[in-house]
Amino acid sequence: MSKTSGSSASGTTPKMKGDKVKVFYGEKQALQDVDLEIKPNEVTALIGPSGCGKSTFLRCLNRMNDVIDICRVEGKITLDNEDIYSSDLDPVQLRARVGMVFQKPNPFPKSIYDNIAYGPRIHGTASSKAEIDEIVETSLTKAGLWEEVKDRLMEPGTGLSGGQQQRLCIARAIAVNPEVILMDEPCSALDPIATAKIEELIDELRENFTIVIVTHSMQQAARVSQRTAFFHLGELVEVGDTEQIFTNPTDSRTQGYITGRFG
Amino acid sequence: MTDAIMNSKPDTAEIRRPSPGGERLKKRYAAERRFRLYGLCSILAAGLMLVFLVGSIVGTGWSAFLQTYVKLSITFDAEYLDPAGTGDPAQLQNADYGGLMKKNLRDNFPEVTGRSDKRKLYNFVSPNAGYVLRDMVIADPALVGKTLDLWVKASDDIDMLTKGYVDRTEAEDNRRVSNAELAWYDKLDNADRVETRFNTDFFVNADSREPEEAGILGAVTGSLLTLLITLLLSFPVGVMAAIYLEEFAPKNRWTDLIEVNINNLAAVPSIVFGLLGLAMFLNFFGFPRSAPLVGGMVLALMTLPTIIIAARSALKAVPPSIREAALGLGASPLQVVTHHVLPLAMPGILTGTIIGMAQALGETAPLLMIGMIAFIVDIPGGFTDPATVLPVQIYLWADSPERAFVERTSAAIMVLLAFLIFMNFVAVLLRRKFERRW
Ligand SMILES: Nc1ncnc2c1ncn2[C@@H]1O[C@H](COP(=O)(O)OP(=O)(O)O)[C@@H](O)[C@H]1O
Ligand SMILES: [Mg+2]
Repeated sequence: MSKTSGSSASGTTPKMKGDKVKVFYGEKQALQDVDLEIKPNEVTALIGPSGCGKSTFLRCLNRMNDVIDICRVEGKITLDNEDIYSSDLDPVQLRARVGMVFQKPNPFPKSIYDNIAYGPRIHGTASSKAEIDEIVETSLTKAGLWEEVKDRLMEPGTGLSGGQQQRLCIARAIAVNPEVILMDEPCSALDPIATAKIEELIDELRENFTIVIVTHSMQQAARVSQRTAFFHLGELVEVGDTEQIFTNPTDSRTQGYITGRFG
Repeated sequence: MTDAIMNSKPDTAEIRRPSPGGERLKKRYAAERRFRLYGLCSILAAGLMLVFLVGSIVGTGWSAFLQTYVKLSITFDAEYLDPAGTGDPAQLQNADYGGLMKKNLRDNFPEVTGRSDKRKLYNFVSPNAGYVLRDMVIADPALVGKTLDLWVKASDDIDMLTKGYVDRTEAEDNRRVSNAELAWYDKLDNADRVETRFNTDFFVNADSREPEEAGILGAVTGSLLTLLITLLLSFPVGVMAAIYLEEFAPKNRWTDLIEVNINNLAAVPSIVFGLLGLAMFLNFFGFPRSAPLVGGMVLALMTLPTIIIAARSALKAVPPSIREAALGLGASPLQVVTHHVLPLAMPGILTGTIIGMAQALGETAPLLMIGMIAFIVDIPGGFTDPATVLPVQIYLWADSPERAFVERTSAAIMVLLAFLIFMNFVAVLLRRKFERRW
């Protein structure tokens, strides 16, 4: 946390920056020359019709695309001005700094406790039982799940409800203390009440983390984000303050999308 | 849209709705009942065949677990054992116990006089009986000169007679037990000197030419040693190969080629692996013939494709979301595999391994090629000792003409089946232990 709170919230220095990012799946180009800055301690929403490359861009930010054989990334992406695709940066360490929450809640088939403790254990950030206990409690508290599960930490995480599972996944991500958290449609599999809880949570997490969220719900983007980027057919069409994008978009395609004419 | 569809259809078209009840419903119910009946019939047929199979094996084989003993009065004649009265252990060790046994038989049946009758009489008990006397004397030299009533193991023909496999009404020439032998037997039987006991020797002896001495332990030990080698070779290699192919290897033409080859190897007749083992391990590397070491290696070659295929499909069945979750937390690819994927795939891998091992346990053909068909009377003590395995032992006994080997064949099959059931039981236990849900 101390790492992230250092940078100013004014938005002058971007936390992450994509520069002419091109992504290819085999022969097929999925992203074309995307230039996008992610400001620290803000929620950046990526919106756009399905298949436009939102997830693809998000997965470039922590190099999750590396595991897809046919995927090729060109251009430059930086984290604190450091090229994350440079050869001397280890993707495994990068992912400890840039965490991820997935569309479908995917807790490990282990206990709630072990789900949270896994990250700190493999990164060696906590070794003693007491330290891990503390991380488990603070992470679950931050994810707003502590009260609900504190009496059954040893029960399997897969036994929770969908919304609880997703908050468990968020807690698991923040237990590693990343600087950036990427969320790929984290609420698409949840009911409205669970969604509201997660949105509230995202707003609180902004204080300590930089957040990039992909969403297909424009209301959600409007509710939780400070900046919004609109993607269309593999292109970044427009990016700006959320309010401006939703009230006064400059591009006609953006306008068309947010008024519901396509997508 | 909807308007367009409505308008395109003429209103005259009759609206058809499924009628409640009626012919169709009756037909559907009948079809469903018939279908269930077919299923039930199949289950019954399969169950009947199983009952018939197991029943016939148990029916023929159960009597092999019993052995006939006859009570004879045995004199440890000092004349034979220690004529000089030295009490020297070397003398006691090398004395003519076979002769002693024969003399005792003559004394028990003084009415036997003719040469051929005497020869028959000597075959009344197991040829091993003399050695039993020797062991007794060596254990207790004070026996010399004494006379005891002892239970002596009967020969296989007498054993068959006790078990009712000899038809007394048949002509004497057509049965293995002559009228004279029947008379001696009846004399003993009337004096309550015939008894069947649990056949311990069947479980502690190796093979023998004499059915009453032949046991299964040599083959069981051989099978265990062979399977141990097979498991130690094929499990780690198979699982590692599967992990590499499934989790790390790039998907290209080479890995496709390897995959096709592995699938083909799984279908190669097992005797081919035996020939390969003969050419490679025996002729080229010069490993010992008939040894569990080589048998295990050959069976490992045969089992590898099974294990690799099972392990790969178990790894494939682990949801990708688990891998993504771990990767997203900053786990290295190796950590993803060892911490998450492998434990989740373990039940499937173990099932595949046990299936492979069960196949290996029942395999005969490739072992014949490397000489594991030999008649071996010693229990193998190590991986390079000559040995045979259970299925080969069954094959050897099934080939023997003596009636007593027929029941031993079935008994050996029962032992083999017990082994398989035990292995499956272990598989179930291991599955339970590793089973997790996601
Ligand atoms: N693993 C993949 N292999 C091949 N093509 C992919 C893969 N993932 C995504 N794509 C393609 O890339 C494009 C962008 O996909 P994605 O980033 O998932 O879109 P979004 O998240 O905006 O719906 C789509 O056309 C999709 O078909
Ligand atoms: Mg997507």
